[in-house]
This record gives sequence, C-alpha cells and structure tokens, in this order.
Amino acid sequence: MFTFLVTFLGVLVLYLLLVWGSGDAGSAYWAIEEVLAGFVLALISAGIARAILGKAENSRMFLKWPLFLIYVPTVFLWNLAKANVDVAYRVITGRINPGIVRIRPGLKTDLGRTILANSITLTPGTLTIDIDRKTGDLFVHWINVRDTKTDEEKTRAVCGSFPEWARRLSE
Amino acid sequence: MSFEHLDIILIGVAILGVGILVSLLRLFLGPTSPDRVVALDTINTLVVGMMIGLGAYYEEVVFIDIGIVYAILSFVTTLFIARFISTRKEKEVGP
Amino acid sequence: MTWDWAMITILVLIIISGIFSLLGAIGLHRFPDVYTRLHAATKTTTFGSIFLAIAVIVYSIFRITEVGPENDGAFITLAAHTFIALLAILITNPTGAHAIARAARKTGIAPEQAVIDEYEEVD
Repeated sequence: MFTFLVTFLGVLVLYLLLVWGSGDAGSAYWAIEEVLAGFVLALISAGIARAILGKAENSRMFLKWPLFLIYVPTVFLWNLAKANVDVAYRVITGRINPGIVRIRPGLKTDLGRTILANSITLTPGTLTIDIDRKTGDLFVHWINVRDTKTDEEKTRAVCGSFPEWARRLSE
Repeated sequence: MSFEHLDIILIGVAILGVGILVSLLRLFLGPTSPDRVVALDTINTLVVGMMIGLGAYYEEVVFIDIGIVYAILSFVTTLFIARFISTRKEKEVGP
Repeated sequence: MTWDWAMITILVLIIISGIFSLLGAIGLHRFPDVYTRLHAATKTTTFGSIFLAIAVIVYSIFRITEVGPENDGAFITLAAHTFIALLAILITNPTGAHAIARAARKTGIAPEQAVIDEYEEVD
C-alpha cells in the first residue's frame, strides 16, 4: 500500500509538472481535464509499477526528498563543477595517471549503491565501471591515482564524503 | 524593450553543433566499438542540449518535448549497444 | 532586473555551457583510451547541458515576470519542460557511462598507461 501511494504521488507530480501552464490565461495554471487525466494515468502506472517498486527499501527515497533538495544543488553541483575544471585541466595539459581500483563503501541497499555510483561518476577524476553484488564493492577507474596505504584511506581519496551522503539518502 | 537579442542562444546552439562535428570525427575514427559508443553518447547529450536551446529560440515547447523523449530513447539505445558488445570479445581492432 | 541584465546573465551561462561542451568533444581526441574519453565526455557534456538549461529557465522566468500574470502560460510550460529534460539528462548520462565502461572492460580492453588494475570478473 505504501509503495502504491508513493508511486501514485510521484507520477502525479511529474504529470502535473509536464502540463503546467495548460490552463486559462491569468487564473488557473492547470486545465481540469489534464488534472483528471493525470489522476487516471497515475493510478494505472502505480498499479503496474507496484510489483517492481515493491521492495520498501526502494520506495523509501521518496520520503527523503527534502534531503535530495539539499544534496543535489549544493554538495553534488559543487563537486560536478570541480570535476569539470579538473577535466578541462587534463584535456589541455594531457597529464593523466590512470588505473582501476577496488573500493569498499560498505553500503547495504541497492538504492544507496546506485546513488553513490552515479555521484562518483560525475565527480572529480572517477568513473564507476562495475559492482560486486555480494559485497557492494565498486570498481572505479581513477584518472589520477595517488598512493594510499589502507582500504579506508583509498575509499576516502576516491569518494570523499559521498558514502555518508548515500547512506543518509537511502537508509 | 526588444526581444531581438535572443541570437545569443543561437550562438550557444552553434557551439554545440561544432562539438557534434568534432565528436563525429571520433565516431568515424574508432578504433574500437566502445570508443564509437562513447562518441555516440556524447552526440546524443549535445543534441538534447541543442533541442533545449532551439526550443527557447523559437518559443516552441515541442522542441523540448522532443529533447526529453530523445534523451530517454538514446539512453535505452546506449544500454542496448553496451549489452550487445559486452557479449562478444573484441576480435580485431578496426572498422 | 532589466532586459540588459537578464541578457548578460544568459550570455555568461551560455558561454560557460559552450566552453565545457566543446572541451568534452576535444577531450574525445586528446585522451588515449575509452575510459579516459568517458571521463571527458560524460562530465563536461552533463555540466554544459545543466548550464544551457539554467539559461533557458532564467530566460523563461524573465519573460514570465516581464509579460505579467496575464500571459498564456507558454513560458511556464517551457521552464517546466526544460527542468524535466535536465532531470532526464542528469539521471541517464552517468548510467549510460557505466554501461559503456563495463562493456569495454568485459570485451577485454585494458586501460592504457595504467599504474594499477584491481579489476576482476564478478557476476
């Protein structure tokens, strides 16, 4: 029931965003027909997707949307900007020192692993290649390998504060 | 008040067009199939950017709708090609 | 905010977007193998698209405030759809990059100039 409700609301919000501005000039920004169509479509898609999103751990992210609103424009965007300056520097100078490393973020849920993998792909010098499904280890292509002694140090050097954020967003 | 200065969006679109041409060169040069897929993926993202810019220039929302659908379809295409080339070993390098 | 200031803001955003998108395309030729090319292509084109989308959203918001509340809602629709296109790019781009990198590694392409390679086949 919980996943049904979450999917219904998510699809409805997306549809209302798509038809924003369809209403009469000046007064309402949504036409009543579009809102009704949105309700019907959201009901249908929630009925279908319930089987896929059935795991409660996957639908829990919708409860964390205020955290996403904080995470994406601040931490994520700042690291994306840093990553682009870094790539620009490497494109111009051609100075690279690449390698593939194995890191252990220690995340339990699929959602947390997805958030972490996508985040570190778009942040300085790292690109996720593969995942070990049993232990949650990520194989990361690192464009500027630095010497690290322990596993924790290596994970810290590759992902920075992202594992904590992924844990906060998913668990 | 005049709205004719909007040509600057066209300049941005033109720069993206140059980027597409440069990426097309990589698509032709290869040398391995994953290299070509990377170039294709880059072109797809740039085309979506172009669609957003053109939608603002012509004040037509349809362009941006095309951009959304194109982004999702190109994502599925990329996944499918990646799936396809990962099931076979790279036999020879070259076209 | 006057029209001139809005135009300058949009111009700056579009120049940033153009520079990074072009750098990504050049990076496809500067880097030696598929993984480093993915670095260049994914990050820069995502960043460029974000800035182009922000430019269009700024333009739409300016047109909405300029024309006033009796506009026909076309620019609200423009801004909302641009935002959805931005979300689609943000979610699909890194996922596509993983798929390509994984496929490349599975076909046996080793990273060039690599100083370390801890990859092993897992399923």
